[in-house]
Amino acid sequence: MTTELFTGAEMVVKALSALKVKYIFGYPGGSILDLYDAIFQQDEIEHILVRHEQAATHMADGYTRATGKVGVVLATSGPGATNCVTGIATAYMDSIPMVVLAGQVPTTLIGNDAFQETDIVGCTRPIIKHSFNCRDLSDIPNIIAKAFYIASTGRPGPVVVELPKDMLIPQNTAPFSIETNVNIRSYNPNIKGHPKQIRKAAKTISEAKKLVVYSGGGIVLADASQLLTTLVETLKAPITNTLMGLGGISGTHENFIGMLGMHGSLEANKSMANADVILALGARFDDRVTNNVDKFCPNATIIHVDIDPTSISKTINAHIPVVGLVDIVMQQLLDELNVINFSPDEEALTEWWQQIHLWRDMRSVSYKQVAGEKIKPQRVIEAMYKITNGEAYVASDVGQHQMFAAQFYPFAKPRQWINSGGAGTMGFGLPAAMGVKLAFPDKHVICITGDGSIQMNIQELSTCKQYNLPVVIITLNNRSLGMVRQWQDMVYGGRHSSSYMESLPDFCKVAEAYGHIGIKIDTLEELDSKLEEAFSIKDKLVFVDVLVDEKEHVYPMHIRHGGIDEMWIKKGVKA
Amino acid sequence: MRHILAILLENEAGALSRIVGLFSQRAFNIESLTVAPTDDNSLSRITIATIGDDKVLEQIVKQVNKLVDVIKISELTDRKHVERELLLVKVAAMGDKTRTEVKRITDIFRGSIVDIGKQIYTIELTGSSEKLNAFIETLSNETEIIESVRSGCVGIARGEKAMRV
Repeated sequence: MTTELFTGAEMVVKALSALKVKYIFGYPGGSILDLYDAIFQQDEIEHILVRHEQAATHMADGYTRATGKVGVVLATSGPGATNCVTGIATAYMDSIPMVVLAGQVPTTLIGNDAFQETDIVGCTRPIIKHSFNCRDLSDIPNIIAKAFYIASTGRPGPVVVELPKDMLIPQNTAPFSIETNVNIRSYNPNIKGHPKQIRKAAKTISEAKKLVVYSGGGIVLADASQLLTTLVETLKAPITNTLMGLGGISGTHENFIGMLGMHGSLEANKSMANADVILALGARFDDRVTNNVDKFCPNATIIHVDIDPTSISKTINAHIPVVGLVDIVMQQLLDELNVINFSPDEEALTEWWQQIHLWRDMRSVSYKQVAGEKIKPQRVIEAMYKITNGEAYVASDVGQHQMFAAQFYPFAKPRQWINSGGAGTMGFGLPAAMGVKLAFPDKHVICITGDGSIQMNIQELSTCKQYNLPVVIITLNNRSLGMVRQWQDMVYGGRHSSSYMESLPDFCKVAEAYGHIGIKIDTLEELDSKLEEAFSIKDKLVFVDVLVDEKEHVYPMHIRHGGIDEMWIKKGVKA
Repeated sequence: MRHILAILLENEAGALSRIVGLFSQRAFNIESLTVAPTDDNSLSRITIATIGDDKVLEQIVKQVNKLVDVIKISELTDRKHVERELLLVKVAAMGDKTRTEVKRITDIFRGSIVDIGKQIYTIELTGSSEKLNAFIETLSNETEIIESVRSGCVGIARGEKAMRV
């Protein structure tokens, strides 16, 4: 009997099929052409051709954030691979599982400064969960299976697989075998929380008078929002979400006190500062949350649940660390609360909630729209929320529009809010929205962006045309780099150094040139009707260019170097 | 405070660079680093001497442990352990007086002269890092040090406990 032999390129495709991959996002080039040839000769996996490799990573990323499935990126060696670096860093910072297959020059040329040679494994080392060099083509299937396993388990993250050209060419073949049940002796992520820590945590929670639940992106990644809601309702406690955690509990849930952090609500930040117990679930005490760590929540006992031990006590010391998967730990906590016959201290709760309502009454997340004046950006988000019944997927770019969307679009479900929280990557929004639309063609998918961010990957309007991805792009156009300008107003004496976007294009005409529809909105009167018109068009991409008030700042905002609850609640007004 | 860390990891291409990259990426300090395959050729053992307070050390241990290639990491300095470093030093040895004195110091430190030239001695010495420091200081009072190389320290815990897969 003769064993069937395969080229490395065929093995890559077979391995991806075995792992049930539907889409690959990429761009061809010299060293990876054999793989493109193998993709051409099969029907199971569809390749989406972007216009820039950075967009391929963000598109895969958006697809992953919306579906939970590992996104796959394909790029050629050299510049193709280095163009992926920003997208890999973006996924890394937000713990998004991703597998990047990068071409490489043949092994015989590695180290020779060959044409389109870059050490991509070296370039990406600080921004990946793991990476693989391939030096024997029969290893390819198991390397890919391991890459998927590592990317998607434990704390998820991107994995880079480098494929030298001589591993893929037709002249070299080997038998195919793949072990999809991966076992790696040096990699065994903790799953269950330590029972002793669970007991400690439950006891501390049961004795709390001013408990706050603070949850982050880990809830979304673990699909644990149902369990979180049950836990919060059992505890009857206030809950705040990080920017990455929005949708972890419904934004309209009565226990939800808003986002916390730099642009979070006053009631969320005040509650944290005054809490006696903080239950942190899948959140990492990022500097955009804590403000000055030396002044952070001085009276709180901190219970920190995270899958990644390095996140615990990195910036803020945890009194009760619990390492484990957040959904499993929450279930353990609920069981333990049951065992100790937990019932909330109603008297303390009433007092605590009364206090929180007083903070809420200050209406820190608000704005003032005067008829006849320029459109306020927040007003656009509210209109967008109304028209889509709060059910749209919203992929955001980075800047003021991102914060306005986070504040004024209460997300009902996890995975609805797609944004680059950790890396803050401008240019993320459009390709991410495209990835979401590909997964959910029948849903409203919005790219909320600004006149700065959209131009960082505007070439993808062409990809949208090719694959018929009718996302709705809403540009809050303030003719400036709004967040930069805001800081310059507040910290740099109003000196607007390079924060103007002079010579902006006519975005509607740009959209039309790519074969889409452009709608311009510059008065309040036409805002609702024109937005409705935009959302009524289902089969074509609509680019909505909304001219908004360039002087509007994002409030509330942390006072620099202050405690978590020291905030500006409007221009010149401290809380 | 100085800490010595023992790391057991897969003997694979790129594994060392991940460790070194992690230290520079997160601004951790490396005083010395040694690496070699173990008796099990699929594994490498690294010894790193580093400086940092308890909080930094905790992060170093956790971050290193998080690397996919790493199997185990343990701190040697918080338990009974043996640590050794190798020194090779080439010194000027001209004239009977200097040659005799250098030989005498070497004997006192239990080192050995491994190469002799008309004008030089090359001396080998093993011991703790402090012992090596003391030797160099003593020698430099006597003669000129022409060249020196140190291995960086390696260490192993005392007693029954072993670091194996």
